Amino acid sequence: MEEQLKIDFEKLLETSNFSKKNVEIKRKNFENFIEKGFPNRREENWKFSDLNQIISKNIKNLSFYNDLSKPNKIDQSIFIDGLEHNKLVFVNGRIEKIEFDYEEKNKIEILDDLVLEKSNNANNSLLFLNNAFVNKYFKLIVKKNYSLKKPLVIYNITNKDLISKSINLKVNISLEENSSLKLIEFFNDRSITNFININYNFDIQKNSILKNYKIDNNSNSNIKYSFSNINQDSNSVSEIFLLSSGSEFIKNEINCNLNGKYASAFVNGVFILDETKHHEIKTNINHLAENTKSYQLIKGVLEDTSKAVYQGKIFVDSKAQKTDGYQLSKAILLNDNTEFNAKPELEIYADDVKCSHGSASGSLNEDSIFYLMSRGLNYQEAKKLLINGFLLDVVEKITDSEIKNLIKNIMSLKQ
Amino acid sequence: MREKQIDKLKDYKYGFTTDIENIRAPKGLNKEVIEFISKAKKEPKWMLDWRMKAFERLKNLKEPNWQKPKYPKIDYQDIYYYSAPKSASEKPKSIDELDPKLLETYKKLGIPLQEQQRLNGIAVDAVFDSVSVATTFKDKLNEVGVIFCSISEAIQKHPGLVKKYLGSVIPLTDHYFATLNSAVFTDGSFVYIPSGVKCPMELSTYFRINASQTGQFERTLIIADKGSYVSYLEGCTAPMRDENQLHAANVELVALDNAEIKYSTVQNWYPGDENGKGGIYNFVTKRGLCKGTNSKISWTQVETGSAITWKYPSCILQGDNSIGEFYSIAITNNHQKADTGTKMIHLGKNTKSKIISKGISAGFSDMTYRGLVDISSKAKNSRNYTQCDSLLMGNKCGAHTVPYIKNKNPESNIAHEATTSKISEEQLHYCQQRGLNPEEAVGLIVNGFCKEVLQQLPMEFAVEAQKLVGISLEGSVG
Repeated sequence: MEEQLKIDFEKLLETSNFSKKNVEIKRKNFENFIEKGFPNRREENWKFSDLNQIISKNIKNLSFYNDLSKPNKIDQSIFIDGLEHNKLVFVNGRIEKIEFDYEEKNKIEILDDLVLEKSNNANNSLLFLNNAFVNKYFKLIVKKNYSLKKPLVIYNITNKDLISKSINLKVNISLEENSSLKLIEFFNDRSITNFININYNFDIQKNSILKNYKIDNNSNSNIKYSFSNINQDSNSVSEIFLLSSGSEFIKNEINCNLNGKYASAFVNGVFILDETKHHEIKTNINHLAENTKSYQLIKGVLEDTSKAVYQGKIFVDSKAQKTDGYQLSKAILLNDNTEFNAKPELEIYADDVKCSHGSASGSLNEDSIFYLMSRGLNYQEAKKLLINGFLLDVVEKITDSEIKNLIKNIMSLKQ
Repeated sequence: MREKQIDKLKDYKYGFTTDIENIRAPKGLNKEVIEFISKAKKEPKWMLDWRMKAFERLKNLKEPNWQKPKYPKIDYQDIYYYSAPKSASEKPKSIDELDPKLLETYKKLGIPLQEQQRLNGIAVDAVFDSVSVATTFKDKLNEVGVIFCSISEAIQKHPGLVKKYLGSVIPLTDHYFATLNSAVFTDGSFVYIPSGVKCPMELSTYFRINASQTGQFERTLIIADKGSYVSYLEGCTAPMRDENQLHAANVELVALDNAEIKYSTVQNWYPGDENGKGGIYNFVTKRGLCKGTNSKISWTQVETGSAITWKYPSCILQGDNSIGEFYSIAITNNHQKADTGTKMIHLGKNTKSKIISKGISAGFSDMTYRGLVDISSKAKNSRNYTQCDSLLMGNKCGAHTVPYIKNKNPESNIAHEATTSKISEEQLHYCQQRGLNPEEAVGLIVNGFCKEVLQQLPMEFAVEAQKLVGISLEGSVG
């Protein structure tokens, strides 16, 4: 693979016109990646999901160079219906459309010719890979005191032309004071066996609100890694919802730094897995200032031979007194060969805190099924009703009612 | 100077040393030292071969480094692996022949061996530095067929049992410290409870590190045959020294069909002074195998000592319907560090496990609960319940929880809960209003916090443990 990497990297530098500074940074990152390679289970963070193995098992002849010179056609039919929204459309890793029809033009700024920032996450080899191979990376700035009128949807579309490629995307979003953004990230994959590596950096300044919904719902054979780094200033709020269901493998990693007082973070997630799917959610919530709050709820329903992993960590700095941290993960295993692994971790250095976590996994409650069947439902209906109720609990946490309904529709949950 | 020493002793009452002539093996870890140990113990050849195999294996192993408390590199060549009281080289026939100084030491520790002979109570095996010096109550135990002796005696007298079970739970190849122990272990206790026998008394071992620059590597093997029951207590102390001493013991438990083993530990090794100088590195491997159906192993531990505690008493639930339990209180103060917890490996059907862990950290200390619950796909209908609570005193200390939960079986249930909190002002206020001083109040509240675990201890230990909880936290309030 190393040989391929080197060839593809040189090809990328040749065909693109990066600034001198960026080339230098890219080279450095490339060398770091070559040294570390894809993470494997010897790394604590990847203990339950050996990415190196998963990639070599699922993808034959992975290539890292992606020709972005020709535009791709956008299949309009996949756009979300019945919800007015702004669009950012990536097809096969190439930006095809930027559309902010509903917003005031001078309140939003999009930059795409930027010097790569040094990543402070020194151990994450996939960020090195991302920095080395990302083509154009975008920065979206929402100006002070502006709230976007409509949600922004980032479409991540891949079509049949894309086979065994590594795609690297990077989007930085900065919310200036008193602003707000609702962001939906929507995957639609018709391609086979690619490795998609996405890196988001959010900078949420004072009193700003970010609502981020990641939807991976349509079944596909791609391997994905998504890393979101969130920095929050005082009184800011971030709300994240993950629907983890479609890809063969996806690891959603969220690193959230609560840097300012009264900042709060909410991470909610749902696994709905079947066949051989293997999904992971990894969170790192770092309470670094006083009076910060975090809340995490993750639920999973597993079928066939699927596997879900939740690694959640709450870190409380000695300065972060009066922290309130909560974390709960639950899973229903429907089949003999399913597997749910959890590592809910607390690392606490302050004494005046309230932190708790819980984790439970098991089968559907037979008593509940009996109750429903005694009232005339058949087994399948009873099962479905219980599962829906179990998952609805998480979806109900979504604070935006329009998007909540959209997600309910996507998950075909009825109230 | 002397006053200072007395002052020090107040904090750790087991901090005295005993002047007893020692026989030591040459310093360092090599083939010759292992041969020396084996020869000193008059071991048969198969035992020496076993040790050598472990030593060979050790060469290819690296020390694990994933633990939270980091420690300076240990120079394994700078440790005495064998130190024995000289008078014990000709092993006394009865306790009356023991070196009076030794008896004195044990008296200070609160284990008057002679009295134990007369009083109806607990059978004690005392391990001083590296060798077992006395075992009480032999006759009474012999009557019912219980074998309770030092492991070196067992190697000579009951080679069949030792050969069959030694290393069957903690294999030679397990990990660095376990393999090190397999190569150089010097003594420890051996217990065999024959089938159908309920051991008539509590069995107990006291471990003591006396000599300086020594490591203690004892090995305990307990076998409970079909339908038997035994309750085993373990206590440990060491003198106060400025250096860090290594304690790497292996404890193996085997429970056959319908057998039950209850293993309680009060660990009070010297924790180092208030600046974190000296103290014991307590790197211990404890593992129990529920081999037979309906078997049960229960670990109870009160961890108050040691500079660094790094241990995970575990249960492998192999037999159907077997039960594993783990009750733990870990207290760290000053600069102590602890990374402790358990592993529950469910292999058999209908297996159950329960984990109750209470961690208390004060001063500049750091405490980690690390545990694994692994339910394999064959362990149908198994259950686990885990609760780990931490209490923090001050904002210079840390409390961490790192549970690993693996479930591969849809018919099994796992529930895990953890909380972290501090002693509430209201509770303190309430106690003080009723006339307790702040320290007493904290002691009372902490004891209440630990009650679930303290209840699991045998009576004699529970009283000691309660006091110990109070002593360990002295000076941590205000």
